[in-house]
This record gives sequence, structure tokens and C-alpha cells, in this order.
Amino acid sequence: MNNGINHYCKISNGQVILDGKVLFTNEEKRFENFIKSVYKHFEIDYPKFYKMDPLCKLSIVAASLLLENSQDKIKDDMALLLSNKSSCIDVDLKHQSTIEDKEAYYPSPANFVYTLPNIALGEISIKYKLRSENSFFIFEDFNPEFMVDYANSLMHLNKASSVLCAWVEVNKDNYNAFVYKVSPNGKTEHSKENLKTLIE
Amino acid sequence: MNQDFSKISVYATSGNCLSPAGQDISENLAAIDTGNLAIREHHYSELSEAPFFGAIIDDEKIENSFSKLSYNGTFSRLEKMILIVLNDIVNQYSQVFNKRCGIIFSTTKGNIDALDNADIDNYYLHNTANKISRAIGIKTEPIVLSNACVSGIMAVSVAKRMIQTDKYDHFVVVGADLFSKFVFSGFQSFQAVSPKPCKPYSKNRDGITLGEAAAAIFITKDKSLLKKSSYKILGDSSINDANHISGPSRTGEGLFQSVEKAIKEADMKPADIDMISSHGTATNYNDEMEAQAFSRADLAQTSLFSLKGFFGHTLGAAGLIETVISLASADENKVPPSFGFDEMGVTIPLNISAQAQSKTIKTVLKTASGFGGSNTAVIFQKYNTNE
Repeated sequence: MNNGINHYCKISNGQVILDGKVLFTNEEKRFENFIKSVYKHFEIDYPKFYKMDPLCKLSIVAASLLLENSQDKIKDDMALLLSNKSSCIDVDLKHQSTIEDKEAYYPSPANFVYTLPNIALGEISIKYKLRSENSFFIFEDFNPEFMVDYANSLMHLNKASSVLCAWVEVNKDNYNAFVYKVSPNGKTEHSKENLKTLIE
Repeated sequence: MNQDFSKISVYATSGNCLSPAGQDISENLAAIDTGNLAIREHHYSELSEAPFFGAIIDDEKIENSFSKLSYNGTFSRLEKMILIVLNDIVNQYSQVFNKRCGIIFSTTKGNIDALDNADIDNYYLHNTANKISRAIGIKTEPIVLSNACVSGIMAVSVAKRMIQTDKYDHFVVVGADLFSKFVFSGFQSFQAVSPKPCKPYSKNRDGITLGEAAAAIFITKDKSLLKKSSYKILGDSSINDANHISGPSRTGEGLFQSVEKAIKEADMKPADIDMISSHGTATNYNDEMEAQAFSRADLAQTSLFSLKGFFGHTLGAAGLIETVISLASADENKVPPSFGFDEMGVTIPLNISAQAQSKTIKTVLKTASGFGGSNTAVIFQKYNTNE
């Protein structure tokens, strides 16, 4: 039994790609405008989206497109394995800007609650009712070797029956999401080499 | 894949920690014995107009301990804390820092104080991890785990799992977070900060006390490297509540499932657990959620304590410093006191140790819960190195 990739979704450079097919393009440069256009185009219909920080917006849209455009049943023991480089830098800078100036000191709970990268895991778990293993890792670049090893450990140690893996990076107007699902019946081998090819 | 990953046994050894109560584990244990809390009253106008309670390490003590180590280069306050707490592990195990030895750095916010100086480079967690990893001579790419308040204990679980894949033999696990204006202001905006040292599970609890700390432990499958105080990691699980991003599940579902799965993997019964080192933040909802979860897991009678009343909530370090202290207490067959506890304040009574108790301890359950709906449970069992 070898674990394989069933489906993948990429959101970068103004494009949404699902299993290799370009499904949507928008040349809008600003991340907030772009991700909203993706959300609307695919009629994701999850109003909480508007409250989220950029990392959660990117993560929830990418995960929704992946999970809802395939025939696979979503099992509630699907683990979530997310990673990026910049943690949740945009909302961190936003919270920081509200506490720097003593005269204009107004930290807000609505921002602060998003100042942890793993909130993106919480949002995906809530939307898909996944009471499952989940963890958020930080690397300088997408780390295919780690993704393969950790996803394997989750499945071989019976912690999960499938794993939603992702690189979800957003830093101002630079964004890059690569989300894929690994399960025992996946077509493409979940290998370092295949991941390197798919993310490019 | 024919190999059975679960057959590889993994052990934790040589824990250490740094907090306002002490520069190493023995100083911290002595402070717990005498009740000399890491939490104190502070007056720092840059953090808060009014005096407040928190666990903040003296800069001078950090500088002093760091100056005794021989590292070249510029290190931030947090990085110095990490290098201090790692020193024993480096001295004992650097001969196995090879291609099969990894490092996991668990943190929520890393060098978050860098933002006060608009220093974005030091904000990036991989930069901190790379700096530490290079300084101590780790050969593999560092792994940063940032999973809110479960990070510290989840890092132990991740290390165990990665060793069980047979790609690694050992992991250095280190957790650290600062007491920062960033986090303090955020919890204040939630009105979640207690005006007094926090009182986990007490009827009189009224919120958290924040703290800063660093902690470290060495995780290995190589029995020949184990020191006198070593523990086998029997089971581990991290199940999300899928309920709310900032509030715990009212039924304790995620924690309950995490504990149940960890016990199942350990092939044990709840009665086999000798003590629980819980999360116990002293917010109304968290402590009540834990009472629900432990009761559902048939653990309401098991000796339980929270160390938040001693160290404060040290975020990404919390799960690890609490593990290290709990295992050291288990060595002495002692249940540490749950500082701040007086009257039972959760609807399902738990067996909380207000005072230190002597008890034969073989098996310890460590749990943590955090924002994003995260929960982790890990079971440790005393390992006799003479076996």
C-alpha cells in the first residue's frame, strides 16, 4: 500500500489551478481583492470568510476548492498538515500597529485571535467538521521531504486515514497556496520528486 | 509498506528549563518546593500603565548565564534563552548530532519583540530556528511547530512520530516564548488577564497570567543514550475541537478524544495513569472544558495539577516546561502542587493537588489545549535504564 495524491489545488500569480487545469484567472494585484474574487467566482458561500485574516482566507478558499471539487467523501479523520514561511505576518503587523502608539492604542480581539498561524487549521476543521489530527509547521520554503515523512507517519501510525497537506503562504500581496490530499488510493505517488514538480 | 512503525520505541530524557524561578531544572524544582513563584508583580510602563502580574525573566540573569556559554554572533533575548536551556543537551549529545538527528522548535510568536523595532528578518521563525540549529551544530533542516498553546507538547509527539518513520534516531526539542507587549495587549483586549496570579480550577479564578520561559528535552530511540531519568512515550494524539477558533468546546470533545486515543495507543486503562499534568489556564471556559473532558475519559479521580499558577502561561513553551517539570517530579515520586488552587471551581470535581503529595508515579499524562481548537495528549512511562 502506497499513499498517493488524489487531487491538488494551486492558487498563485492570479490563477486558480485544480488538478492541472486553470479554472480561474484574475490579474488583480492586491491579495485581498484577488482572493475575494476567487471566493465569489466559486460561490464558496461562507460569510465568516470576510472576518478572517489573509492566511485564513487563502487557506479556507484553497481547502474548499480542493475538497468540494472532487467526488471523494470527506472523512472526519482526515488530518490537516499545513505549512508556510511567514506565519500570519499580515495580521501580526496589523495588531502591532494598534499597540505601537500610546495615544492611539486600540488592540482588538477580532485581530488578535488571528495572530496564530494554526487558526487556519481551526477554520478548516470547523467548516468541514473535522475532529482530527492537525498541525502547523514553518519552513523557509515548501519542504516536500517533511510533508511526505509526516503524512506517512500519520497514516502508518493510524492517526488519520487521509491527510490534507498544504503550503499556504501569504505576505502582503505575495501569495502562494498549494493544497493536496493524500490517501491510500491516491493516483500519484506522494514523493518528494512528484511534489517538487506539482508545486512549480 | 510492510514495516510496522509503531514497533519503534521512543524515549524522552534530559529535560531542562529556564524561567524566572530558575536558570535550570534543579533551580526550578527547588523554587516549586519552596513555593517561590515565577509569577511576580511588575511595573513596566512600556508594557502596561498599571502594575501587573506576570512571569518575566531578569535580563541580567539571561545575560549572565549566556556569557558563560561560548557562542559567537548576535543573538536576541529569546535566542539566548534557547541556547541557555539547550546547553546540557548540547554537552551530552552533540556526538549524535548527525544526519539522523533533527531539531524541533516550538513557539507561538518567536522573536515577536522584533516588531517593536520593525525588524522583520528576526520575526521569521525559520530564521530563529536556523540560527539556533547552526549555533549548536545540528545537521538537518530545523522544523518549526507553531500550533498555539499546544506547541510545546505537540513537538514531543511530532518527534516521536518522525523517529517512528525510521528517518530519524533522535530529536532535540526546544520550546520558547517571550512575555511581550504584543501578546499581553491581545489578552488584555480579550479581558482574559487576571489581576492577581492565576488560580487554575478555583472558584475564584478570573483569567490567565502570562509568562515567558524556555524548555528542552532530548527524544531518542537509542536506549544507550538514556540518563537516569528517562520516560518511554507510550501514546500521543492531537484532535481539534472543530468548534470555535478562540473558545474551547463546551463538551471537551477534542481533548477527550485526544486523551482517549493516547490511552488506547498506550494500551492502557484510565486507572493506569498516576497523574495528569493538565493545561489549566484559569479562564472560566478552559478549566470547565477540561473537567468535562477528564470526567468523560474516566480520569476525574486521577491526581491532577496545573503549573500555570507557578510559571504563568508560557504559550509555546508551556507544554514542554510543564512536561519537563512533571517528569522530574515523577522521578521523585511526587505530585507537584497546583499553585493558586483553593475551592473547587469546576462543575465536575477533579482530584486537584493543592499541596505536593508523595505517591508512586510510573505513568504521566500531559495535556494541553489552545486557540484554533487545538488539543494534545501524551502519555509518558518511567523507564528503568537498568532494565
